[in-house]
Amino acid sequence: MGLGLLASKAMRPASRIFNSQNPRNFLFRTIVSKPELQKPETSAAQAQPDPPPVDLPPRTPVAGARVHFPNPDDAIEVFVDGYPVKIPKGMTVLQACEVAGVDIPRFCYHSRLSIAGNCRMCLVEVEKSPKPVASCAMPALPGMKIKTDTPVAKKAREGVMEFLLMNHPLDCPICDQGGECDLQDQSMAFGSDRGRFTEMKRSVVDKNLGPLVKTVMTRCIQCTRCVRFATEVAGVQDLGMLGRGSGEEIGTYVEKLMTSELSGNVIDICPVGALTSKPFAFKARNWELKGTESIDVTDAVGSNIRIDSRGPEVMRIVPRLNEDINEEWISDKTRFCYDGLKRQRLNDPMIRGADGRFKVVSWRDALAVVAEVAHQVKPEEIVGVAGKLSDAESMMALKDFLNRMGSNNIWCEGTGMNPNADLRSGYLMNTSIAGLEKADVFLLVGTQPRVEAAMVNARIRKTVRANQAKVGYIGPETDLNYDHQHLGTGPQTLLEIAERRHPFYSTLANAKHPVIIVGAGLFEREDKDTIFSTVETIAENAKVVRPDWNGLNVLLLNAAQAAALDLGLVPESGNSIESAKFVYLMGADDVNLDKIPGDAFVVYQGHHGDRSVYRANVIFPAAAFSEKEGIYENTEGYAQQTFPAVPTVGDARDDWKIIRALSEVAGIKLPYDSLGAIRARIRTVAPNLVHLDEREPATFTASLKPASSQKITLTPFENVVENFYMTDSITRASKIMAQCSALLTKK
Amino acid sequence: MISNGLNSATYPEIVSASASQISLSTELRSLLLAELNSSWSSTMLARLAAQRLAEIRQVFRQPIRSFSTALNYHIDSPDNNPDLLWEFSDANKEKVKEIISQYPSNYKQSAVIPLLDLAQQQHGGWLPVSAMNAVAKVIEVAPIRVYEVATFYSMFNRTKVGKYHLLVCGTTPCMIRGSREIKDTLLKHLGVKRNEVTKDGLFSVGEMECMGCCVNAPMITVADYSNGSEGYTYNYYEDVTPQRVVEIVEILKRGEKLPPGTQNPRRIRSGPEGGNTTLLGEPKPPPCRDLDAC
Repeated sequence: MGLGLLASKAMRPASRIFNSQNPRNFLFRTIVSKPELQKPETSAAQAQPDPPPVDLPPRTPVAGARVHFPNPDDAIEVFVDGYPVKIPKGMTVLQACEVAGVDIPRFCYHSRLSIAGNCRMCLVEVEKSPKPVASCAMPALPGMKIKTDTPVAKKAREGVMEFLLMNHPLDCPICDQGGECDLQDQSMAFGSDRGRFTEMKRSVVDKNLGPLVKTVMTRCIQCTRCVRFATEVAGVQDLGMLGRGSGEEIGTYVEKLMTSELSGNVIDICPVGALTSKPFAFKARNWELKGTESIDVTDAVGSNIRIDSRGPEVMRIVPRLNEDINEEWISDKTRFCYDGLKRQRLNDPMIRGADGRFKVVSWRDALAVVAEVAHQVKPEEIVGVAGKLSDAESMMALKDFLNRMGSNNIWCEGTGMNPNADLRSGYLMNTSIAGLEKADVFLLVGTQPRVEAAMVNARIRKTVRANQAKVGYIGPETDLNYDHQHLGTGPQTLLEIAERRHPFYSTLANAKHPVIIVGAGLFEREDKDTIFSTVETIAENAKVVRPDWNGLNVLLLNAAQAAALDLGLVPESGNSIESAKFVYLMGADDVNLDKIPGDAFVVYQGHHGDRSVYRANVIFPAAAFSEKEGIYENTEGYAQQTFPAVPTVGDARDDWKIIRALSEVAGIKLPYDSLGAIRARIRTVAPNLVHLDEREPATFTASLKPASSQKITLTPFENVVENFYMTDSITRASKIMAQCSALLTKK
Repeated sequence: MISNGLNSATYPEIVSASASQISLSTELRSLLLAELNSSWSSTMLARLAAQRLAEIRQVFRQPIRSFSTALNYHIDSPDNNPDLLWEFSDANKEKVKEIISQYPSNYKQSAVIPLLDLAQQQHGGWLPVSAMNAVAKVIEVAPIRVYEVATFYSMFNRTKVGKYHLLVCGTTPCMIRGSREIKDTLLKHLGVKRNEVTKDGLFSVGEMECMGCCVNAPMITVADYSNGSEGYTYNYYEDVTPQRVVEIVEILKRGEKLPPGTQNPRRIRSGPEGGNTTLLGEPKPPPCRDLDAC
């Protein structure tokens, strides 16, 4: 009790305390706020007689919770506040309440983690139970009468809340969780207006978990969500609960950084401000931010995200729920790449002068120069490369433009020189990401999903944990965060499996739902056709592709790839870039610049001053994914679109608009002036791309493909992604990602 | 021992603080009643404020709670860091096998407590982080799962202790019978603070919870790590007095062994002092139904 409180107490008594009917009020500061809460048992008995109303209006389940009955016979009926609810056997009381439309306060319970039952916030009254029960851990039984709104339940919550707040610091004004804090919200809703704790609050040493997660461990309420997340979902057993009693704390015991590619998710699941985002610390309050629902482009998964921005600045990126793709997690690269959007940006059209320096020019001049050069070279000397972050609209426009110029040498980075774009099943994840959960055997060929697509890896890990699925892996030595058999490093092992000589073949052939995942890194190999036909042989022998199950998958590497192959961005000749005179790089930063001849004219259209800018003659500044509306197709063929969250930087324009303008200056005007018009054009080429938020599976399986007669080379598969944190121009410009790669990648 | 710290070290302060609070409230009440009719004077407020400030100061003066033998996190030191090699000795490797064989093969991790105990005995009464890592390796779990267990139980020492680790029971019956004096005497005699090791490395004094010897209170326990896990003993010395604990320490210092049990020569085990006073004769059997009469 501080001096101020004492003073206020002293000022108040004459009027209130002594006129009060209840002299006890003076001696005891009661915690309960209402008279009926002081004696919950008796008032509960009083409340008992009135029967539940008969014609209750139907309630809607919390957050649209759906009930799935695996076996209709197992349905049981319980009563929540008098409302009858039908739920499948095995559901907990808390889930039953959710179905009945009653939101139970909770801290430790999380639907995607195991049940701990240690926060006690979810106490409810159950008829004939002597004490309130922890609803998150109590299985619902037939005929159970659950009461969530009785004085007993309310008092239980109030008491739990008082205990939780006992050691919780009162630093909400300087806490980054403020405004979106479960403890704050629930103490407002269910807590008391005062506490009785007068001793010293405890304090806990902050832990260093790395450059992404900031810890203020004094705020921790020991819900153990982060421990369970790290152990169950992320697969790094680093966090634990140390000590006991009042000395209990979350930590790693030995100094250890959290080296998980999903570590940022502990920020979201922490119900208090103990784990917050380090890059976002003290930058903004959540109520100042504008949320834009968008799509992540840093890998081919297309995680659903919300871009929170304030004015022209992206402040943070948080995940959005999408059960089919990313559930409610996102990778650290997705979450923390946003500071790359503020650095190294190209904001004006530029032309490289005779002295080798860039000069800022107007759009009109830049376009005129490029159009003139494009007309001076032979059509077959024109080459276009789409970058890994390109949206479908801009790739469509680029392809149309180059085709009108007479060239067909256009491709997307990472698809190799001779991609197989004829059959969609040849480059898509046919099982679908959510479908992986059914699998019981995985064969990973030349792919390391942990760095190539962290969310797919999380699904595989989930399956491995739930179904005890076996994982066989062919490729360079790597650390997947689940048990796996390292079968070999190269095509040799693949051949052995195809010829049924390898012991893993029988595992695959005996599986109910076998899955083969081939990495898109193999697209770049010379013998890729042979490798793919070997994989198809395995699939055929082991019956991986059946009418009811397609387990043959390709895991793509970047966001543009699937749409590029759908749109037919396939080069006419394999080595066109070596004889090119006019190269149009649309955000392509991973092309081998040494291959481009010295006298070639290079146009770079993109949003970051990354690798290719050093070779460019003309720069067109374009919009990043956070600033434009664009369609992206993920690795499983799920078309989604981004929305502009912030305005473009400087004089930058949307990619497809730049190409449209260039075509007009070049005298071959493309026939679309609006987003709707270009999408209509896409519809004629690849109609699945405009069916947004829908997964369009491949219709034909790979068996229609002609067999390849190429010779297989025995060079082992290589690491495709060297550094998880830096894969494209945005992440390479990001300071946070640079810190991560310095501290967290294993040397 | 975390709760130990709370129990004895801070109890007096807490007790006195709450006592003064109660007295303040009654005092305040009388003051209020006395001055109810008169208006509140600023001097009154000032006096109350000064009183309250003194009280707050009192609360702050309480010593920082000293936790068991270590913090809840590890700090690297030359004799305790993960890079040190630590292995079970050959004799203990056999014991490890035997311990693990007592659990189902798919629940190896159940052996964590006996294995930590064995490691602690082998390592002179304390567990360096490398020993915990070795245990984690044996039972095939992540090291953090072993750290969790080792930090939970106060019987696992995570900092150095003496060859003879003296544990004074601090629970209520022993406390009433004078365990605080015993602890103070021990600390004074050995010239150490709690959980500190004497310069010769022989002794350290800790505190523990009730060991169930309340009838012979106060008691101390001597954990003897002087002969590794083979000669490890964990003996209770009961009915100790401040003089007797000093004698016990001196006996141990000379390397002699002392039979455990009550230190009161007039008691036999937990029997009453000076022999029985009741139940002196042969006990009478309870009345029994005459079965033959049926």
